[in-house]
Amino acid sequence: MKLTLSWLKDHLDTDASLDVIVETLTRIGLEVEGVDDPAKSLKDFVVGYVIEAKQHPNADRLRVCMVDTGAGAPVQVVCGAPNARTGLKSVFSPPGTYIPGKNITLGKGVIRGVESLGMLCSAAELQLSEDHDGIIELPDDAPVGARYVDYAKLADAVIDINLTPNRSDAAGVHGIARDLAAAGLGKLKEHAVRPAPAGFPCPVSVRLDFTADDTHLAPAFALRLVRGVKNGPSPEWMQKRLKAIGLRPINALVDITNYITFDRGRPLHVFDANNVKGDLVVRRARAGETVVALDGKTYELTPENVVIADENGVESIAGVMGGEHSGCDEATTDVLIESALWDPMNIARTGRGLGIVTDARYRFERGVDPAFCVPGAELATHFVLDLCGGQASDLVVVGDTSVTRPTIDFPFTEVKRLTGMELPAGDMVATLEKLGFAVASVTAERAQVTAPSWRPDIEGKADLVEEIVRIAGVDNVASTPFMRAESTVAGAILTPLQKRTRIARRALASQGLVEAVTWSFISADRAKLFGGGKPELSLANPIAAELSDMRPSLVPGLLAAVQRNADRGFGDVALFEVGQVFLGAGEKDQRMAAAAVRRGTAKTSGAGRHWSGKAAGVDVFDAKADAMAMLAALGVSMGGLQVVAGGPSFLHPGRSATLQFGPKNVIGWFGELHPRALEALDVSGPVCAFEVHLDELPAQKPKATRAKPKLDLSEFMPLERDFAFVVDRSVKAADIVRAAQGADKALIAGVEVFDVYEGPGVSDGQKSVAIAVRLQPRDKTLNEAEIEAVASRIVADVSKKTGGTLRG
Amino acid sequence: MSDLNQLESETLGAIAAAADEAALEAVRVGALGKKGSVSALLATLGKMSPDERKSAGAAINALKDKVGEALGARRSVLKEAALEARLASETVDVTLPVRENALERGRIHPISQVMDELTAIFADMGFSIAEGPDVESDDYNFTKLNFPAGHPAREMHDTFFFNPDASGERKLLRTHTSPVQVRTMLANKPPIRVICPGRTYRCDSDQTHTPMFHQVEGLVIDKGAHLGHLKWILEEFCKAFFEVPNVKMRFRPSFFPFTEPSMEVDIQCRRSGGEIRFGEGEDWLEILGCGMVHPNVLRNCGVDPDEYQGFAWGMGIDRIAMLKYGMPDLRPFFEADVRWLQHYGFRPLDLPTLAGGLSGA
Repeated sequence: MKLTLSWLKDHLDTDASLDVIVETLTRIGLEVEGVDDPAKSLKDFVVGYVIEAKQHPNADRLRVCMVDTGAGAPVQVVCGAPNARTGLKSVFSPPGTYIPGKNITLGKGVIRGVESLGMLCSAAELQLSEDHDGIIELPDDAPVGARYVDYAKLADAVIDINLTPNRSDAAGVHGIARDLAAAGLGKLKEHAVRPAPAGFPCPVSVRLDFTADDTHLAPAFALRLVRGVKNGPSPEWMQKRLKAIGLRPINALVDITNYITFDRGRPLHVFDANNVKGDLVVRRARAGETVVALDGKTYELTPENVVIADENGVESIAGVMGGEHSGCDEATTDVLIESALWDPMNIARTGRGLGIVTDARYRFERGVDPAFCVPGAELATHFVLDLCGGQASDLVVVGDTSVTRPTIDFPFTEVKRLTGMELPAGDMVATLEKLGFAVASVTAERAQVTAPSWRPDIEGKADLVEEIVRIAGVDNVASTPFMRAESTVAGAILTPLQKRTRIARRALASQGLVEAVTWSFISADRAKLFGGGKPELSLANPIAAELSDMRPSLVPGLLAAVQRNADRGFGDVALFEVGQVFLGAGEKDQRMAAAAVRRGTAKTSGAGRHWSGKAAGVDVFDAKADAMAMLAALGVSMGGLQVVAGGPSFLHPGRSATLQFGPKNVIGWFGELHPRALEALDVSGPVCAFEVHLDELPAQKPKATRAKPKLDLSEFMPLERDFAFVVDRSVKAADIVRAAQGADKALIAGVEVFDVYEGPGVSDGQKSVAIAVRLQPRDKTLNEAEIEAVASRIVADVSKKTGGTLRG
Repeated sequence: MSDLNQLESETLGAIAAAADEAALEAVRVGALGKKGSVSALLATLGKMSPDERKSAGAAINALKDKVGEALGARRSVLKEAALEARLASETVDVTLPVRENALERGRIHPISQVMDELTAIFADMGFSIAEGPDVESDDYNFTKLNFPAGHPAREMHDTFFFNPDASGERKLLRTHTSPVQVRTMLANKPPIRVICPGRTYRCDSDQTHTPMFHQVEGLVIDKGAHLGHLKWILEEFCKAFFEVPNVKMRFRPSFFPFTEPSMEVDIQCRRSGGEIRFGEGEDWLEILGCGMVHPNVLRNCGVDPDEYQGFAWGMGIDRIAMLKYGMPDLRPFFEADVRWLQHYGFRPLDLPTLAGGLSGA
């Protein structure tokens, strides 16, 4: 919502300065987004007189002008405008002036060898119009040296208010003035509208053609003919105001409707009566009906839309935009003025559906003042008669413009209860009354308050509290300490999953991974590749095709991210993300996942070439190391964790694994990406990844005590024995370890794989796996025979479980 | 006797000439070994008369001692030299770089860091953390929050919708974290004090908007909680978060369907050359929206608005991260450019605590 200061003063009797007005508007909830004050922005531009304009010695299209600026000696200016000529009066700006239309600050210059000490300006350079064909031409009587803003009466500041959707009443200058008056900034000029002189019955009738269920779509419609008008340009003062707020003057009749739209928040429409055939019918549009609107575009309508039609068909889209056919132009002699009420929801839907944004729609969908429907028509008639002449018919009003607002039982204590602010009841009543509320049955404790017709947003007590405190100033609410309820040391507040999420992040970053936050939505193809792409997780209105589906996994987003980095020359990248993934659209289908992707040589030990060793590519064991480090940091008991070879189809089948606590409790996977998946994703390798769902991790059992179990130390020396087994290549090292461990659970404290070998000395299809077994005697030192016995059991058990033989 | 002198000078000479421990050992064996020259002389003592033995014995034993001492001294010298030589040979170029440690490479994203900061501050004020799903119902995202169907306020949210399911219900991506308020009130009896950080979505994308962003919502429901308390909480939060001793805030009346009265809050700051400082200056910067929870919302969530009251606020996590840590643009937050992440990210062990200072600075 834009208005000018002079326009505001038409409605508000005030001495307040622009600064005070602007500050007050923001303070009472009409946030000022910007103020364009030409008195400030154009203060340096003065009327200048071109004493002499000569051809520039070195440039055909430039002239050297001597300009009288009204101060001191004439100034030399090099000017390129075709109309720069001797004897012209124009607008001059000295060096140091900010030129708004060019966004530069003018300096002294030498142009093609000739000094230039200022500029003669076009209207575009002052941002007064689009006209940049030449410099401004002023009449001969323009006073040289005068400030141009004063001379041209441009010094009317434009205030731009960011209106909140509840305040339809402030979509007109009058409503804004009312708020300022309530805030103590002067007195509202009421401007009551009297009926216009009418001389004959309106020859066009109106019918509201709706079923009983639909009457809310068009509660009221007022219409009047004014015949014998002369439509031309509107007066300069009106054009100036319309231009100042960014509207293009069209002709007097149209400008009047636009003016009242902004002056009173009351949109109107004018029809050229000679292009209206028969009577007007207000009804739902018929499916497939079309109309060419005032913007020149053809709109196809549906029964959702309400229209005003005549025997020709649709003449106007109700409350949104008029039709071109019956629009008013310079040839219009008879005009029909419409002032109507529409259903806000319906107007919003129609505007949205047709994609039309107009000042009328803006107001109707927020709710206009029903009580101003008829006065709006009368006000428009006055303007038409004043500016275009003619004779007005009687006003036809169909429907009902009456309005009922609920009466609110308002205890004055409500203000203190909700805001902590203590205000005298009398002040509260005064504020409400200045805002137009009817306050009745006032006692010391309470009052019965009825909102004015222009405030459809007021529903209850809380709304009245807002009205009172916004005028009293929310900045005056005193800050009041709000302590924790218990006067104790603060307890833990994070849920187990919240704790896991935080620890997982720190653990993965400690692995040298860099945290990324990627979009929650990915392309349908990528989603499908990672097990997603369900129709219920596909957006109906994605912002881009590659952001259409909710991600089933963090990995596709991370893969795309590592590839983007690689394309920028950073190929050795290790990224992780901890965030939500979506298995379905249900409430319980969202999971908190942790995933990491490594590319190139970004191994856990470090990335890139290094003098201490070769730069190897990332592999499945880097992914496993990341997963295991995170699980360890989360305190997950590794005893029951199974690493099962093979994983989802996007992974290398021989270099991937599923992480699970039993087949029904899969927590994630790790591995190298399948070459086919990489190709489909347009990612170049080597790439490894892991992903774990943090929600699926077993819960830690609550314990009665924080004390750790007793430390059990043996006083006997541990000893270590090495074994190498030759087994089939397919035998899992984990099975060998488990078999060895099982040989004597009491005595064997640990088993480590320290060598795996395939090659000469070991038959094809077989491998040698060397393990170190650590024996921890508990109650005595072992003798050779006892050690030998354990060793034999280990060999026997491993052979039995894996078919391996001790390597000779 | 001259034999003895000669032997002494020969032996001591040999000791001095021994170039390494092996050579020295050979000299020792040659002199003091079973068949050594000095041992041989000692062996002759037994055949001597007591007088001869007395004088020769002293001389020979003196020689033996001298040789022994010389051997010991020489051995020390050689050992020292050998150690020196070994150390010299073991010298490496210590200026060679070691591999960068994982703790140096790893980074925490600014959004995660700021969420941890928020948690530290609000946990201290007695708040817990509530969460809800990103895929929400229209009812929780709008209707229960007092957005009437078809109201322009809904349209301002640029909502991402899913296609209607079999029952005709059309889910959406939550446009704000406020549905978590609804969930919290429906699931818990007052008093309530929660913050709800999370991911939010609007189909809007330009220089300053991304289709996905992060918000944190605060909700207090209690019997006496009023605007003055809200102001205090927000002031304390801003001081703690921006780590400044004072902040000046400006509360402006505004509109949100789910609060009444509603306000927007600006924070005073000084901007110069792309840098923002809080607690000083002449500029106002909008940082959050807040208000008293609308009675309709309380009723929709099963709370009696005449018995309980409360307030709520919401702000952009990405935005306050930008303000605090000086990122000029929002879009790179989600582009995963490692250069940006390395620069603006936080070290793995920079864990924000109130005791240690949020940013450790």
